[in-house]
Amino acid sequence: MAIIEPTASSEASIAVIPPATPSSAMGALKRPVATKGWRQWVFTVDHKKLGIMYMATAMFFFLVGGLEAVMIRMQLALPNGKILNADLYNQMFTMHATTMVFLFVMPMTAGFANYFIPLQIGARDVAFPRINAFSFWALLFGGLFINLSWFLGGAADGGWFMYAPNSGPIFSPSHGVDFWALGLQITGIASLAGAINLIVTILNMRAPGMKLMRMPIFTWMSLVVQFLLAFAVPVITVALFLLSFQRNFGATFFDVSAGADPLLWQHLFWIFGHPEVYILILPSFGIISEVLPVFSRKPLFGYPFVVFSGAAIGFVGWGVWAHHMFASGLGPVSVAVFSISTMAIAVPTGVKIVNWTLTLWGGKLWFTTAMKFAIGLIVLFTIGGLSGVTHSVAPSDTQQTDTYYIVAHFHYVLFGGAVLGLFSGFYYWWPKMFGKMLNEKLGTWNFWFMIIGLNMTFGPMHILGLQGQPRRMYQWTENRAGEGFFNLAFWNLIASIGSLVLVVGVFFFLVNVFITARNGKVAPLDPWGARSLEWMTSNPPKEHNFDSIPTVHHLDEFFHRKYAEDANGQMQQIATAEEVLKQLEDNADTHIHMPSPSYWPIVIAFGLPVTALGVIYSIPLAIFGGLIILMGAFGWALEPSTAPDTDFDPPSSGNTSKDVVHVG
Amino acid sequence: MWFTLDNLATAHDTHEDAAHTSTGLSNVKLGMWLFLGTECLLFGGLISTYMLYRGRVGTGPRPAQVFDIPFTSVSSFVLLMSSLTMVLAVSSAHKRDDKSTNLWLVITALLGATFVGGQVYEFTAFYNEGMGFSTSLFSSSFYVLTGFHGVHVTVGLIMLLALRGMLKNNKVPGSRAETVEMIGLYWHFVDIVWIIIFTLIYLIPA
Repeated sequence: MAIIEPTASSEASIAVIPPATPSSAMGALKRPVATKGWRQWVFTVDHKKLGIMYMATAMFFFLVGGLEAVMIRMQLALPNGKILNADLYNQMFTMHATTMVFLFVMPMTAGFANYFIPLQIGARDVAFPRINAFSFWALLFGGLFINLSWFLGGAADGGWFMYAPNSGPIFSPSHGVDFWALGLQITGIASLAGAINLIVTILNMRAPGMKLMRMPIFTWMSLVVQFLLAFAVPVITVALFLLSFQRNFGATFFDVSAGADPLLWQHLFWIFGHPEVYILILPSFGIISEVLPVFSRKPLFGYPFVVFSGAAIGFVGWGVWAHHMFASGLGPVSVAVFSISTMAIAVPTGVKIVNWTLTLWGGKLWFTTAMKFAIGLIVLFTIGGLSGVTHSVAPSDTQQTDTYYIVAHFHYVLFGGAVLGLFSGFYYWWPKMFGKMLNEKLGTWNFWFMIIGLNMTFGPMHILGLQGQPRRMYQWTENRAGEGFFNLAFWNLIASIGSLVLVVGVFFFLVNVFITARNGKVAPLDPWGARSLEWMTSNPPKEHNFDSIPTVHHLDEFFHRKYAEDANGQMQQIATAEEVLKQLEDNADTHIHMPSPSYWPIVIAFGLPVTALGVIYSIPLAIFGGLIILMGAFGWALEPSTAPDTDFDPPSSGNTSKDVVHVG
Repeated sequence: MWFTLDNLATAHDTHEDAAHTSTGLSNVKLGMWLFLGTECLLFGGLISTYMLYRGRVGTGPRPAQVFDIPFTSVSSFVLLMSSLTMVLAVSSAHKRDDKSTNLWLVITALLGATFVGGQVYEFTAFYNEGMGFSTSLFSSSFYVLTGFHGVHVTVGLIMLLALRGMLKNNKVPGSRAETVEMIGLYWHFVDIVWIIIFTLIYLIPA
């Protein structure tokens, strides 16, 4: 946020931040300058602070979504469940899925991407820091907006896929679906802005020598994800607009009685929705591709294959959407084509699993919590992947459609895949982000409770589904539960108990975070013996990330600065992490101009839910919201993203110095 | 989409030299191209919806009954000419000729405003002929598609006028020519989309 002037000595780690004077520059408001208290968070444009805020928001919604899940499982634990009525049950599963997909996994991966991409490519911030702040606030306000519907007449109840006619006013008379459609529109804007920002960051802001094929895998997978987001989100935007126009302005886009084609919604939704599942899983693939080599003490096996299989998943992911619609009567040709493309997409995914396994093979395995979660992902995602392949066989899929078998499948890939990967990331990068080590003992408890809990919850659902228990039924009765091994009552109860075990697992994580924050072990500079560039910074990184931007010569640059081959071809340590870091500090840039905080991102983002509320309740309010956005856009445009040199006290000599480094 | 409002901001977000980036393209330019890529998908979805529903008129008027092709051809011509004047504005900006830049921006905005005015007139005429927003699937999808395009042109107008104002007060931070160029990119995109929409809606009979 300021001009940072590290001195050239080894004490450079304490950067000097001269006090800034707020001036209105050319904007309407004086620029925020606070470096303490809540203001430093609310108006920040620092990618690391925003990354943490993304993660905290996502964690909050994870707990909300988890609470909804537990209520669903409690309702189904025993016959004739009375905890929820049918209407509330519909709201519960709709909001559980919406929350977990849009408000937990997506923001969590966005948080990781925000925090680590600039560090991994050797940049000081993202390409558009204010747009980054805007993305975060739009996501938060969008998420709160969707959940506001709980208190204003009931939440959305048509399932997260919101098929017609359930999305229409006859079957969903409350404003829930309106809140849902407009709220997702807002989070969609956040995703789109974030995607463009991160693509430009990755393509344009790499350190010297950081070629594409030297980028860490997490950055690579995030790049694929951002492209998927950039091109998938506009499609759901169209679908959501059509839905809003139908519900609020009398159009009939999905109304069969008016001659419409309800399959239009299904196509638009799944053209977005299938890339979306890769949007959810690929960041976790990236995370464990960082974790596995570090804790196997080996380079990643077949780096180019992992990169290109990720890209292949990204491409083929666009050609499989109709496998969600096999039961809708698409015709044999479409079904055959989508069936085959779905089988084909298993191949690049299988390539990744082979690469991870061969990374472990022959390595000196170190079973930290991060490593355990990563291995958990390999095993459980493979199970989920295999049940996914059974869906690609269309005749078998028509049997499985709308049963608990599907629920079992996508929870194995999303919980067993995406979520375990995220937890692996927490344990691996916590010391980097907060300078303290998460407790490994509590981590082990966290891991085992989650693994046991998730297998107990979702494993029995395979049996329930194949026995024909439909998805989304809000009650089951004893006399239809069957007998023996396939008794539905038994497996439903097991699944419900499993969900409580999962809760305990997540509780261990929260306790761990709390204990670590209070008196956690201070993290050494390089606690895991890591390989990639983000570890070539202090813990936590300085505001400007790197005192001097490193020049990259290798894939796994940090590793190659610490180790080199000796005469016998053996890897020998040539430098400690501290020495590597000191080298950067000794060559510190003077006068680093970081992007300045701004009021405008939060102002514009705030205009979005105001406008959306107006669309539902009163058009003048919508116009008022639009004016907030317009005013914010002008304020933003008139304010330079980096404060002018004269705006500092004392004014920096930046104008005349050739050493000035402008960021963002 | 609402998000285009942010372009104005995007165009000013950095004054970093293109030479300093890994690709050699400035951040703003790369970002703008990506944004236009996402817009293709947005209009792709809207156009698909229209193509699916254009024959479903119910009891409402059919397209051939309401369309006034000579009128819309003229307003399309006006919009395409605004692309030419936008090019001239960008060219003047590169030559640092503020006076001409200003002039061409004003002319571009006037042409764009003429197009939007024509659309308002057209919508009013259609409405009076009994084609309301919710009359039929055809009418809803027609209004949504052309309406979204009209909103894009309007957002472009706001950006043009804002740019002109900033130019006049010498308040365009960073590289001026690039800012003009970015808004030009957006403007051309909106024009190209209109060529597709005009062909599909008006010229090819349902």
